[in-house]
Amino acid sequence: MAALLSLAAVNVSGNLERLGAASGFGFLWHRAGFAIEQHLIPYSEDSTYFRAFVVAVLNTLVLAVVALVIATVIGFCVGLGRRSSNGLVHGVATAYVETLRNIPLLLQLFFWYFAMLRPLPAPRQSISLFGIAFLSNRGLVLPAPVAEPGFGSVLLALGIGVLLALIVTRSLAQRRARTGSAPKAWPLALALVLGLPLLTAIATAFPLHWEIPHLQGFNFQGGMTVLPEFVAMALALSLYSASYVAEIVRAGLDAVPRGQIEAARALGLKSGTISAKITIPQALRVIVPPLGNEYLRLLRNTTLAAAIAYSDLTQVFGGTVLNQTAQALEVMAMVAGTYLVINAAVSALLNWYNRRVAWVQR
Amino acid sequence: MTALEAPLVPSFGTRAVRFLWTCISSPGNIALSLALLLLLGYALPGLVDWVLLRAHWGTDPQTCAHTYGACWVFVRVRWDQLIYGSYPRSEWWRADIVFAIVVAGGAALLSRRITHKGIIGLLLIMAAPPASALLLMGGAFGLAPVEVSNWGGLLLTVALGGAALAGALPAGLLLALARRSELPVIRTLAILWIEFLRGVPLIPLLFIAMNVFPLLLPPGTNPSPLAKIVVAFILFNGAAMAEVFRGGLQAIPKGQFEAAKSLGLGPAATMALVILPQAVAIVTPGLVNVAVAIVKETTVVYIIGLFDFLTQIQAGLQAPNWLLGDQVRDSGYLFAAFVYWAVCFGLSRVSARLELKKERRG
Repeated sequence: MAALLSLAAVNVSGNLERLGAASGFGFLWHRAGFAIEQHLIPYSEDSTYFRAFVVAVLNTLVLAVVALVIATVIGFCVGLGRRSSNGLVHGVATAYVETLRNIPLLLQLFFWYFAMLRPLPAPRQSISLFGIAFLSNRGLVLPAPVAEPGFGSVLLALGIGVLLALIVTRSLAQRRARTGSAPKAWPLALALVLGLPLLTAIATAFPLHWEIPHLQGFNFQGGMTVLPEFVAMALALSLYSASYVAEIVRAGLDAVPRGQIEAARALGLKSGTISAKITIPQALRVIVPPLGNEYLRLLRNTTLAAAIAYSDLTQVFGGTVLNQTAQALEVMAMVAGTYLVINAAVSALLNWYNRRVAWVQR
Repeated sequence: MTALEAPLVPSFGTRAVRFLWTCISSPGNIALSLALLLLLGYALPGLVDWVLLRAHWGTDPQTCAHTYGACWVFVRVRWDQLIYGSYPRSEWWRADIVFAIVVAGGAALLSRRITHKGIIGLLLIMAAPPASALLLMGGAFGLAPVEVSNWGGLLLTVALGGAALAGALPAGLLLALARRSELPVIRTLAILWIEFLRGVPLIPLLFIAMNVFPLLLPPGTNPSPLAKIVVAFILFNGAAMAEVFRGGLQAIPKGQFEAAKSLGLGPAATMALVILPQAVAIVTPGLVNVAVAIVKETTVVYIIGLFDFLTQIQAGLQAPNWLLGDQVRDSGYLFAAFVYWAVCFGLSRVSARLELKKERRG
């Protein structure tokens, strides 16, 4: 094995010399010279490769987070539907799961991008959603929040409210543990989290307004534009992953013994209380580890963006930058390394959460 | 009839009545059922009408130009490219033999009457792929050589999937055994290898295969894209299979190892005669799930520019003579979705059946 490795190393150095390509990461500070349409931080053709890297990583992350949230919501609904006593609901939920998870994600992506989004009308004939958002072949135009002076104080009030709510909840929980009775914490916490920023907003005369997009010439002005590539990726990823989340949720709910629910009912607990205090906490312990793996899989699947040219990390670096610099070794090491780091970070977070909710063996 | 005499499997009528009752058993259920019925009533008749009743089945593309209804003309006319790619027509019989092996092998594994399924499965996964590769490539036994770049369509999908499966299975087993090795160096290397390949998504790995693998080889050697992609698929899925095997090996009680040792069996004999036969029975459903994943994964070679089944569909839809309206594209996608769905759903049923059998036995 050592012999193989050294042979590979000799080959690499020989090949690199022959190709005459530069080596090292110095290229990161050179001018990139290409545009990226979706950039969350300021970026232009004159920016460096390193800035392009940051833009691409942010694009990957924002796509993963949006898809993850939608997948979780739909997945939980479909998972509950799979356990529904209503035969029709059960059937539709089962059909959803068995259809979507047995069709390749790339094909679903083609469907959303080439069959649904690209044939949409031009902005002038765009589909209006309640007059504030518009869907056209240029993407989804949404109202954009515009902060005015004084908005910072509202955010500050929100932060203080959350902090106070946490302190109140904690101290009331301790009092309950000590004395056996304490007033409910959530009304006070809610008042703090919502009330403080609201009062500040009233005091500063609502320093935030929504900029509604409007048609001017052949395109929209104002608002924020979500590219069709992003919409297609988010739809395909979230609907596909939702079918796996649904199965995870169903397995988690199935793992709660029926006797627990019957016992809770015999004690006279209401069905809402049974869900909140008996079923969900126990099901979560079974759901969280596989759900974490599904989230990681969703993150890995964002790389399919290369198929429709959404500028994620793989597309920008594995495609454009690799072609421009010809430094395959360095560029691919950065791409692979970034995915490994994100993967490890999410895994660590999940393990930490898992330890918190896992069964405590006594 | 008392409860004891009730038939174990309720008749169709009983089940139908029970199903209907679950749909209207409470006000909430009635509302849900009505909503779903409205949705299905809105979508299904239109779908049937479009897919079957008003579809175009002939062989002249112009019959479905800019009209309503599915265009199955596309599938009929492009059938040869979809199945064989640009494999020479005079050599199609070789591809047909490969398809026949896959179909016959699959049928043998699904049949309830055929015994020795283990041997058939092993032959199908270990012996059939190299034999098929030899047959398809030619250049020996008087067979005319066929360039790998001419393989395409379903043939390429089957070849890629079969090669990935045949390579990943032994690779996964070896990695799983290495991960349990008592030598710390081997164990650590195996863990790093597996975690690296599970953390890096498939598409960056394909980019690495295309751009970095050639650097590792002696100057002048340039393997075909398919060879590089097959290696990447084997590495990627080998790591996935290693984790499945690890689960199976962990499920074998310690007493089995101790009993084998006390009988005087060496480590290799213990593995081959005692542990693996039990572990393989446990992991088979998991391995079938990896096979389903491989079938879906083969589509991503679209990004590299290999003409697999899905890429052939996409390429056909973008050919100038097929730009006849949205219905052609939708028909192409629907056909592709159905083919992939049928294969993946069938395989997932096999996995579920094996799982059920395992539960009954264990």
